[in-house]
Amino acid sequence: MINRVRMPELDPNIRNKSFDEVALGFSIEQVKIEASRCLNCVNPRCVKACPVNIDIPKFIQQILSDNFKDAYCTIYQDNILPSVCGRVCPQEKQCEGACVLGIKTESVAIGSLERFIGDYCLENCFYKDEKIENNNKAVAIVGSGPAGLACAAQIRRYGYQTDVYEALHEFGGVLKYGIPEFRLPKNIVDSEIDRLKKLGVNFYKNVIIGKTLTLDQLIKEYKYDSVFIGSGAGLPSSLGIKGENLNGVYYANEFLTRVNLMKANSFPSYATPVKIKDIVAVVGGGNVAMDAARTAKRLGAKKVYIIYRRDINSLPARLEEIHHAIEEGIEFKLLLNPVEIIGHNYEINKIKCQVMELGEKDQTGRQKPIPTNSFVDIDVDNLIIAIGQSPNPIIKKSTPELLCDNWGRIIVNDYQTSIPGVFAGGDIVTGAATVILAMGAGKSAAIHINKFLRNA
Amino acid sequence: MYKIIEKIALNDDVDLFVIEAPLVAKNTLAGNFVIVRVDKDGERIPLTIVENTDTSITVISQKVGFSTKMLSKKNIGEYIEDVVGPLGVPAEIKNVKKVIAVAGGVGAAPIYPQIKAYYKKGTEVDLIIGASNKQHLILLDKFQEVCKNIYITTDDGSIGEKGFVTKVLQKKLEENTYDLSIAIGPVIMMKNVVEINKKFNLKTFVSLNPIMIDGTGMCGNCRVTIHNKTYFACVDGPDFDSDGIDFNELIQRQKYYHEEEHECNLRLGEKDD
Repeated sequence: MINRVRMPELDPNIRNKSFDEVALGFSIEQVKIEASRCLNCVNPRCVKACPVNIDIPKFIQQILSDNFKDAYCTIYQDNILPSVCGRVCPQEKQCEGACVLGIKTESVAIGSLERFIGDYCLENCFYKDEKIENNNKAVAIVGSGPAGLACAAQIRRYGYQTDVYEALHEFGGVLKYGIPEFRLPKNIVDSEIDRLKKLGVNFYKNVIIGKTLTLDQLIKEYKYDSVFIGSGAGLPSSLGIKGENLNGVYYANEFLTRVNLMKANSFPSYATPVKIKDIVAVVGGGNVAMDAARTAKRLGAKKVYIIYRRDINSLPARLEEIHHAIEEGIEFKLLLNPVEIIGHNYEINKIKCQVMELGEKDQTGRQKPIPTNSFVDIDVDNLIIAIGQSPNPIIKKSTPELLCDNWGRIIVNDYQTSIPGVFAGGDIVTGAATVILAMGAGKSAAIHINKFLRNA
Repeated sequence: MYKIIEKIALNDDVDLFVIEAPLVAKNTLAGNFVIVRVDKDGERIPLTIVENTDTSITVISQKVGFSTKMLSKKNIGEYIEDVVGPLGVPAEIKNVKKVIAVAGGVGAAPIYPQIKAYYKKGTEVDLIIGASNKQHLILLDKFQEVCKNIYITTDDGSIGEKGFVTKVLQKKLEENTYDLSIAIGPVIMMKNVVEINKKFNLKTFVSLNPIMIDGTGMCGNCRVTIHNKTYFACVDGPDFDSDGIDFNELIQRQKYYHEEEHECNLRLGEKDD
């Protein structure tokens, strides 16, 4: 058996000072070798494990027969953002996690193959020419993040006029403000969004639904036949401890937005600053925490800690991100939970953490962290809070009849909200999850919107 | 891109812009603000909407930092990269008979739409307006249309009473009774106004202006502490009942990027003010 091909990467000591992309992508030779490892199973478990059910064996066989463009069309049918998803999907928990090869050796590097095909077609300006027959109905999409984009593509294919409204000044949602350049270059995001423009999807920036226009105005004045809400989980969770509003304490959303969207790493060429000093602690164990820690390192922090209340095996982040963080010199301080942020003259200089130990397993199958009686103080210059996001409440506030649960998540039935004709999907429904799950929801919602409008 | 259809220099430091932005104007109410990005590489900065027509909004900007200086370089017919809004919770115009309003410096701009809304409701508004000097008093003609009495103070005494607004406020509160006070200006002024009003058991509403980025509650940069609880000025405010606001914290949070501001100013070939 041939070993799984490793994707070349920038040297850790070079890349932790640069915002250039870490993973460099496969060459054609590497792609062919890796593709040849696929067993082309009769009953492919990978397809079932993919949230958008890409026909993975089919596109891998197309790679083997040098039909890269066909491979692209196979993926594009189910996933309009192959270059994005090849980079950011937690493949080890999805397609690659289900790959039969993984039982005895190592799974096929499906994500890397997907990324190659996406990038190859972007570089060669190949896009799938789709014939779309216009009908006379219109759908508004709220938010241009993963859920909105996936929904827009599918809705447009059915022939509806498709208008995407974005609150920020750039399109892509979390792909722009959340995920750093070194993991997902922004020109890739823009190029993949440009393809939707070629499909005939209209994009409008600086429109906040719930403020600039209300849901009611979209339906009554703008005469949309249906609306899809994919406004994401853009509300940072707080630790709820003393000192959280001291200077030098950032929510990950703010810190990453300053760097990713506003390009504070290029200050003062870009006017938005960010202030990272010598010692930075990041609280949390997910992808956002890894992104924040690695970004802080790149901004010149001498020491960067990840503070997490469970052990290393319980970290919810993608495996690759954890490996990359360790390689880049991020230190993991585990089984610690911050209980107080201490400062001087309104600026942070220390955090007090409670030592935790692991107890019984909880519903998620992970061991529950239990507080002990010991505490440690850690000197820090910055603290970045990356412990999760909850749904953005703006639409709910301006639309009282839109039913939400106690966590602010929109309640849906087959993607339809409590308002007939108004659908929702992605993090606004599930709470913070992954890019691909949101895309899966956007696509499924489109199918239900189409059913609804056909029967209307 | 958003076209500047009118620009008036109110003084050397403060400009009034009328910007074509029909979608923003559509749902604008008193107390709303916009986030503006002057150029492609610019910051996102909040500015209060002073007035609006069906198709345009009026904002007033003081040259205090790099981005407001860049904005002041824009002229009629030129474009601003991004304008998004209306943001924030509109001011709650209460059912009261007599209001004492206190405006400091460019705080006169955000207080104007609120005073106007009170005036339209039939409320009597007395205004104490302060500035560094005569030249820096703005919107006086507009205030004259909507206020019962106007009391002016300047730091140098070039017009009105010499000294701070608080001095006049103390006097007015001793002479008259009011149902409510609104105060908008530098944080230190708002803090001092609130302290005086408290002595007279007068409730004060203030408008807070911490540093913001998205303006939609996503980043949390604009958090303020009120009675030990955290609020986001962009979505929970910018207007708040002043009771329990940690003004000292807000002052420090506003200053966090002062060194970086200096670095940006050097780019403009200017000395820091």
